[in-house]
Amino acid sequence: MFKLKCDDFLIYDEATGTYSMSPEQQVRDQTERNRWKSTGFTLLKDWRLYLMLVPMILVYLLWKYLPMYELLGAFRFGNFQRVSDRPWVGFDNFKEIFVGAYAGEFWMAFRNTFVIAFYGLLFGFPLPIILALFFNEVRSNVVRSIMQVCVYLPKFISTVIVTSLTIALFAAPSTGSEGVLSKMLAAISKSGPLHAAIEEKGVVYSLEYFRAIYIITDIWEHAGYDSIVFFAAVIAVSPTSYEAAQIDGAGKMAQMRYVVIPSILSTVVIMLIMKIGGLLSVGYEKLYLLSPATSLNNYQVAEVVSTWANRLTENSGSYSPQAFGIAGEMTNNLIGMILVIGSNTIARKASDVSLY
Amino acid sequence: MKRKMEASELIFKIIAYTLLIIFSLLCVYPLLYALGSTFSSWDKVASGKVILWPNGFQFKSFQAVFMTNQFWVNYSNTLFVTFIGTIWCLIYSILGAYALSKKRLMGRHGFNFFLVFTMWFSAGVIPQYLNYQQTGNILASIVGGADMYAIDLKWLIVLAMGMNATNIILLRNSFEGVPSEIEEAARIDGATEMQVLMKVYIPMSKATIATVALFFGISRWNGYFWAYKVLGAQQQYSWPVQVYMRDFIDKNTDLTLKYNPDTAEYTDMGQSTSMVYAMVVLAMIPILVIYPFIQKYFAKGVNMGGVKE
Repeated sequence: MFKLKCDDFLIYDEATGTYSMSPEQQVRDQTERNRWKSTGFTLLKDWRLYLMLVPMILVYLLWKYLPMYELLGAFRFGNFQRVSDRPWVGFDNFKEIFVGAYAGEFWMAFRNTFVIAFYGLLFGFPLPIILALFFNEVRSNVVRSIMQVCVYLPKFISTVIVTSLTIALFAAPSTGSEGVLSKMLAAISKSGPLHAAIEEKGVVYSLEYFRAIYIITDIWEHAGYDSIVFFAAVIAVSPTSYEAAQIDGAGKMAQMRYVVIPSILSTVVIMLIMKIGGLLSVGYEKLYLLSPATSLNNYQVAEVVSTWANRLTENSGSYSPQAFGIAGEMTNNLIGMILVIGSNTIARKASDVSLY
Repeated sequence: MKRKMEASELIFKIIAYTLLIIFSLLCVYPLLYALGSTFSSWDKVASGKVILWPNGFQFKSFQAVFMTNQFWVNYSNTLFVTFIGTIWCLIYSILGAYALSKKRLMGRHGFNFFLVFTMWFSAGVIPQYLNYQQTGNILASIVGGADMYAIDLKWLIVLAMGMNATNIILLRNSFEGVPSEIEEAARIDGATEMQVLMKVYIPMSKATIATVALFFGISRWNGYFWAYKVLGAQQQYSWPVQVYMRDFIDKNTDLTLKYNPDTAEYTDMGQSTSMVYAMVVLAMIPILVIYPFIQKYFAKGVNMGGVKE
C-alpha cells in the first residue's frame, strides 16, 4: 500500500530476504561518529578559550541569573523562609496587585512609569538630533570641540549630584536656603499656580511640576551625549551630495530637507525604535532620590514600579508584602522585554540593522 | 569657487550658534554654580543671592568639609571601589569578550544570548536585593562571620556590582574587527591564546578598552542605589561618598524635607547647603580630571558599538 521511506539507507537482499545497511549510509554513519570525535577534539584543543569565558559566565550566573530564581516568590506566599519553603499560591499575588488591595498603588506606579517614559521620549528624543544638525554648522573644529566637551559632561555626573543640584537649585524659600532657579522662577511668575508651588514646598516636591523638572533634568543629562550617534550620521553625509544640491540651486533649508534629513533618517528611525524598546526601564535611582518618601507631595507622580517595589522592602513590619512587589516588577519587566524584542525585530525587518 | 552665503544660510547659522552656546552654557552652569556657592558666604547662599561668582568670598565651607572625618573615609572607599572594581570588571569582560569574538567558539550564539538576555530582562529590585543579601551572608560565612555585616561589604560591591553587558559587546565588536591575519602570524610564531590576547588584541583595541574602562569607572564612581541598599545604616564607614553626600543632605539640610534639628550636626542652613556644594565639587574632581583626556575616545567607541549588525 505505502512505500517505506527507508530505501535510501537500507538494501533489501532478495536472496535471503533480509535488510542490510547501504554502503552510503555506512559512510554517513562513520562521518557522524567522527564529527562527534572532532567536536570533542576541538573542545579539548580550545580549552583555554572556554576557560576565559568562565569568570564572566560565573559573575553573570551568580548576580544576574540567580536573582531570577527569587522570582518564584511571585507565586508563593510570605517572604521570610527560603523560596522553596513558601506555600504555593499560584496567581493570587498577581490578582492582589491587578484587582485586589494593592491595585491602586500598582496601577498608579505602572501609569507613572509609562507617562514619565513617554514624555521623556517626546521631549528628549528630538533635541539630540537638532543638536547634531547644529554641530554640523559649526565649521571651526576647536569651537565645536569645546561645545561638545560641555554638552557631554552632564552624562558623567552622578545621579546623586544631579539630584542634589536639582533640589538645591529649585529649593523653596521655606527650606531655609532658597535656590537660585527657584528665585528666578518666582520672580517671573508673580502669582498663579507656579508661584504657589514654589512658595509651598518647591517645584521639585510639587504634584504639578515634578514631571517637568524630571524631564528637564533628564534632557540636561542625556541630550548632548545622545547627539553623538546622530552627529556621526550627519558628518557621514558625503560633501559631493551638498555640492550637487548647491549646483541644482538648493539653499540651506533645501539642503537640510533633501540631503541631510534623508541621509540620517535610518539612524533616527533605529534610535527611535530602540528608545521605544527601552520605554519601561526608566531610571528608578533618580526617581527614588527625587521622591524618597510617600509623605512628599510628588510621590503620586514620581512613583514607578521599581521604586514602589523597593518601598515594599522598606516596610519593616511583621508582614511585609514583598511577594506583591516581585509580582508587580516581574509584570513590568516582562512587558519591557516584549517591547525590546518587538522593537528590535521591527528594526531588523525595516532596515537590516539591529542592536543585538 | 567660493559661494556667497545666502540669507537663509546666515540666519540658520546664527540660530545654530546661539542655541548651541546657550545649551553648552546651561550644561556647565549648575557645576560652576556649585563652585561659586562653595566660596560664598553662608547667608548669601541661604537667600539665593549667588548667581555664579562667589558672593562674599570665604573659604569656610571647604574648611568644614575638610574637617569632616567620615567624608574622607567614604571618599577613600569610593576610590577603592572604583579602582579595584573597574579592574575586576575589565578582567572578566576582556577575557569573555575575547572568547566570544572567536568564530570557532562552540555555542557562541548561546553565550551571546546568555549575555544579551540580561539587557532585556532583569529580575528586579527585590530579587536582586535578596540575592545581594545572600551573597553577603555566604561571603561572611566563608571567613567565619555571623552575617553579612560581619565583613567589609566594599568587597561585595566590588565583586557583584557594576556589570554591564553593553560594554562586553563593545569589546567583542572591537576584537572582531582585528584582522585575523595578524593573529595567524602570531600563532605561527608560537604565541599561546593568552599571548595573542595580550600582545595582539589588547594593543589593537586600545581606544575601545579606554572607553569601556571609562564607562566602568564612571558607573563605579557614581554608583549609589545598591551601595545604599546593601550597606544601609549598619556600615557607615564602608559607604561610598555618594551615599554619604545624600545622607548629609537628608540630615543637615531641609532640601529633602527630612531635616530634624535635634540630630543635625549643622543647624545653619546656609552653611550646610554650602558644604553640600563643596562636597559636590570634591566628588566631581576625579571625573573632571580624566574626562578631557578620554573624551576623544568615547565618541569613537559609542559609534562603533552603537548600531551594529
